[in-house]
Amino acid sequence: MDLLAKPTPEHLVVQVLADRIDAAGAIRFKDGMREITQRSSGPVLLDLSQVRFLDSSGLGAVVAVMKLLGPDRRLELARLTPAVQKVFRLTRMDSIFTIHETLPEGAPHAR
Amino acid sequence: MPADAAVMPQQAPPLQLCLRADPLAVRHTLARVMADPLLARLDPDLRDRAEILLAEVLNNIVEHAYAGQPGPIRLCIGPNPTGLLILAEDEGRPMPAARLPPGDLPPLTGDLPEGGFGWCLIRSLATSLTYRRGPNGNCLTLILPINDSADSAGLARSQKN
Repeated sequence: MDLLAKPTPEHLVVQVLADRIDAAGAIRFKDGMREITQRSSGPVLLDLSQVRFLDSSGLGAVVAVMKLLGPDRRLELARLTPAVQKVFRLTRMDSIFTIHETLPEGAPHAR
Repeated sequence: MPADAAVMPQQAPPLQLCLRADPLAVRHTLARVMADPLLARLDPDLRDRAEILLAEVLNNIVEHAYAGQPGPIRLCIGPNPTGLLILAEDEGRPMPAARLPPGDLPPLTGDLPEGGFGWCLIRSLATSLTYRRGPNGNCLTLILPINDSADSAGLARSQKN
């Protein structure tokens, strides 16, 4: 799964360049995130603006990424599309993650 | 295996598919179903709900009924007076205790769960769930309710196709 990482003063911003994180791609997403985040430290901001669909396996993979970052490294989410937002809301996982509607100031504007 | 007569539409369901129990086959099937006129013209919010619901139903069969083994899944989707009737059949293992999982939300404290969200999503999106274990496998039926008049109009339009 293609992931684009951009360090900013505040976060490592990682944009998912795939239109879905589903059961067929959840492990690749998790492995890709492990690889792309291990070369840096500090909080990670996951930009999900390209991800149109996420299922419960994809949700589990996002939780797994949060855990593999460890307790000292925060994972925040940004730019959830409507279907992804629904999955987070219905499972109340929107109460666990800090979710940004836009990329915070300072983050390069990925499209 | 017949579906529950009370919720089965009189006419044959307009969309019937058979797929392999495999995550990539589920992904391709969802793409095909979402492009079908039955779903393509629905309100975007309802389309999202339909895709999440179908994904969870099919993924559960792949992961639990077949547990990674190959096998067929039959899927029927048809209009119903209250929404879309979805029927899914497989020849895999029965549901634990031969009943539908409660779908309680896993506890979100302490060590966060990485799974167990599937039935919670299904139960929050669908109504009229039935499960039967037949001699050859499992049969699950459920309804994706359509409440809003715009949604109903979209469904009526797609039925004419």
